[in-house]
Amino acid sequence: MSAREEILDRVRSALADVESSDVTETPIDWSYGRPVDTGDLRLVDRFAERVADYRAIVERVPAGELGATVAAALAEVDGPVVADPTVRGRLGVDLNWRDDDGLSAADLDSVAAVVTTAAVGIANTGTIVLDHGVGQERRAASLVPDVHVCIVDAEQVVSDVPEAVARLMSQGSSVRPQTWISGPSATSDIELDRVEGVHGPRTLHVIIVG
Amino acid sequence: MTLTHAEPAPSGKPPAGHPHVGVTSTFVGMPKFPDAARIELANTTQRRNLAHATGIIRDKRASVVGELDNWEELRLAAEAIKNRTLRHLDDYLVQFEENATKAGAVVHWARDAEEANRIVVDLVRETGSDEVVKVKSMATQEIELNEALQAAGIDAWETDLAELIVQLGDDWPSHILVPAIHRNRSEVREIFLRRMKDVGRPAPEDLTDDPRRLAEAARLHLREKFLRAKVGISGANFAVADTGSLVVVESEGNGRMCLTLPETLISVVGIEKVLPSWADLEVFLQVLPRSSTGERENPYTSIWTGVTPGDGPQNAHIILLDNNRTNVLADEVGRAALRCIRCSACLNVCPVYERAGGHAYGSVYPGPIGAILTPQLRGTSSKVDQSLPYASSLCGACFDVCPVRIDIPELLVHLRTRVVDEHRGGRPTAEAAAFKAMAWMFGSHRRLEAAQKAATTSNRFFGRRKTIGAIPGPLAGWSSARDIPVPPAESFRDWWKRERGEQEPRS
Amino acid sequence: MRVALFATCFNDTMWPNTPKSTVLLLERLGVEVEFPFEQTCCGQMFTNTGYAEEAIPGVRQFVDVFGDYDAVVAPSGSCVGSVRHQHGAIADRAGDRALRSAVDALVPKVYELSEFLVDVLGVTDVGAYFPHRVTYHPTCHSLRMLRVGDKPLTLLRNVKGIELVELNGADQCCGFGGTFAMKNSDVSVAMGSDKSANVKETGAEVLVAGDNSCLAHIGGLLTRERAGVRMMHLAEILASTEKEPA
Repeated sequence: MSAREEILDRVRSALADVESSDVTETPIDWSYGRPVDTGDLRLVDRFAERVADYRAIVERVPAGELGATVAAALAEVDGPVVADPTVRGRLGVDLNWRDDDGLSAADLDSVAAVVTTAAVGIANTGTIVLDHGVGQERRAASLVPDVHVCIVDAEQVVSDVPEAVARLMSQGSSVRPQTWISGPSATSDIELDRVEGVHGPRTLHVIIVG
Repeated sequence: MTLTHAEPAPSGKPPAGHPHVGVTSTFVGMPKFPDAARIELANTTQRRNLAHATGIIRDKRASVVGELDNWEELRLAAEAIKNRTLRHLDDYLVQFEENATKAGAVVHWARDAEEANRIVVDLVRETGSDEVVKVKSMATQEIELNEALQAAGIDAWETDLAELIVQLGDDWPSHILVPAIHRNRSEVREIFLRRMKDVGRPAPEDLTDDPRRLAEAARLHLREKFLRAKVGISGANFAVADTGSLVVVESEGNGRMCLTLPETLISVVGIEKVLPSWADLEVFLQVLPRSSTGERENPYTSIWTGVTPGDGPQNAHIILLDNNRTNVLADEVGRAALRCIRCSACLNVCPVYERAGGHAYGSVYPGPIGAILTPQLRGTSSKVDQSLPYASSLCGACFDVCPVRIDIPELLVHLRTRVVDEHRGGRPTAEAAAFKAMAWMFGSHRRLEAAQKAATTSNRFFGRRKTIGAIPGPLAGWSSARDIPVPPAESFRDWWKRERGEQEPRS
Repeated sequence: MRVALFATCFNDTMWPNTPKSTVLLLERLGVEVEFPFEQTCCGQMFTNTGYAEEAIPGVRQFVDVFGDYDAVVAPSGSCVGSVRHQHGAIADRAGDRALRSAVDALVPKVYELSEFLVDVLGVTDVGAYFPHRVTYHPTCHSLRMLRVGDKPLTLLRNVKGIELVELNGADQCCGFGGTFAMKNSDVSVAMGSDKSANVKETGAEVLVAGDNSCLAHIGGLLTRERAGVRMMHLAEILASTEKEPA
């Protein structure tokens, strides 16, 4: 018997007490996708507050100032910056752009910064979700460079995780690769002392537009 | 280059670094918990580290859990979702396999640790690579995958900072989330200085014990391994049946490195990790980070489904691991332990864990969850596994924080009963004989009164003393550190008889 | 209302003053209490050590002795916890459906002392007098098995003359844990040492709790070092009056 058949057999005999094959015989008392209160702050303000709480840099700008804000954010950065053509077009600023045309890991390591958009922002947890669609680069590109500038449109911000999951599903993101980012890379492995900046980008700069 | 030995260990013999503490056929049996704990209690550095670390994380958890109005509803939902999964596990596994396969992953099934390890070794060999980078994973600890890879001449690099500390120190994890919680900063510095140079980029000579510097040393040391690795190995926090997705929750970005840079990704996933639907993530991505690191969300969560052209590993393998989980599933009470999402909140609030530390549990699964999971996975034939259900004062703090509401005290008692029942039939132990005698004594109030008479009569031998000091015999364990109260001159029921007279029970 | 006292075997044998105080307190509050002599032990020690089979007769006996009463009061959170949360499973093990339904019928009528006072009698000021510095240890089974919440503290706050001081790390287990104290005596003592250090830090003269077993453990450590702290059960303080101080 194959391992598959044997394990499934074991599972079935272990579950001899389960009489109905209808999964709803175990009720789940939970309504999915509900918006959650953001307390004393409005949606986008709560989002900004919580992102900042992770010691990420947060700014909120009108659409017209986006390009200049990104350029300012990258003023100190020395080296090429990856962003896809849609993002570059939107920013309309001249930087040391580099195309990610299948850069190797070592090539990515020589990239100084990456600029992406996001799929969803989550207010109460201060999380940005990338589904690595247009404007968001493949996963490695927002990981290896040391600076990540992420553009989130105000209307992408939802209250909390349930609403985010629902929106991601409705956008068809649930079968795409996803990266949920809540602040810069961090560790608390040594005496529970939190250190920001381990392997992921040590600087996370979130720019909220609108 | 192999990490813990110049020569691969001959198969069947425990590696020199640390004992076998996984769930494998090579497990040889550690000292029982009370004996191991006695030694650990004397480790003052560990005591201090644990009190400090668990104190911080308890407070952090309490604070972020307190932010949510619906925490109890979330716990109930998490419990119910996991119960549904477990009660229909065969359906969900088949569904998961189908969807993951459709998305381009190759799904393998492993009956036990040996089979899982063999599959991994074969897959790595097919790539021609002689090294792998690893995301922290309890399942691969449990099957002792690193040892198996090492025996096959493949280097396995742990990339989580704490796992790196543990691996370089020839040590074994003492906490589910923070495996090196028993080490302090100066020990970490010493390990990095001594060992990094043997296996890759050396630690900077001027390394201090500042956690920032230590994390930086780990970043530099691991960077070259990430950038060149052809194979990544991971576990998964969740496997989603209706999409075939896997989820890994982490903090440092080492997980993202392992999950996205290599060409081949092999994920070892316990069969109990399945969730019915992608929507269920809204519950678990709330309860897990708040319970484990005490954060609203952990820095990074990676979710992937099979293979995405042009993005990440183009060969994705998933190994669905049984390794005795179906034995746990067969126990209708014990089954609840399979709801565990390895958050480690129960460790952080456990007064026993906080003092004895993780190594006393003789398993990769320490603390309250280990005390109920290990003896169910490994069985209760060894001394250590028989002692684990007793490694608790049943204070109940673990149940209160468990995000999937595992009634750990109830399961501990259930497993104690199993241990006692397994010893029935043969010659009774001194303890079993004593309990039998006590049961007989309590069987009738007349017999209890006779025993009370003996106790109250002894009162006169103690004069005006109220307590007794250290004595030998069955109370030696108690009295070595604690005084024993002198029995009173009169039992309660004698007082009642004297004051109120014998009273016939009304019918 | 017919009210029975479940003294518990430990109290009956080792700490008779606790059930005695419970009786005097309840009588002072106008409750007539009966003490059925056939009672012995709830079986917790058997159940919690794994001797479920040996616990079965105790469950039968408990139902036989107390089944007819309207309320059963016990000055022990731990024993009430065992009745409430374990007797059903023991009845199931016995495979005796009649016993299981008898247990289910009886369990809602079994109260720990502070529950009975506050929830059944509706009293929070029992008219007690106890002019001493006191700190309160909420035992694990009262706190987390019975969820008595702040009922004992509310009762204590209303005691005349009492100086109630907060105990650091109050909700941490003292390390008693029944046979845990013997089987894992090293860890048990390590936990108890931290608890007694916290008790000493309060400068209290009296440590009060709702379970004498926990008090015996903490008290055993404190008297070994002649710390000068007295252990008292909640019932003893609540029974204390100006006329008859404890």
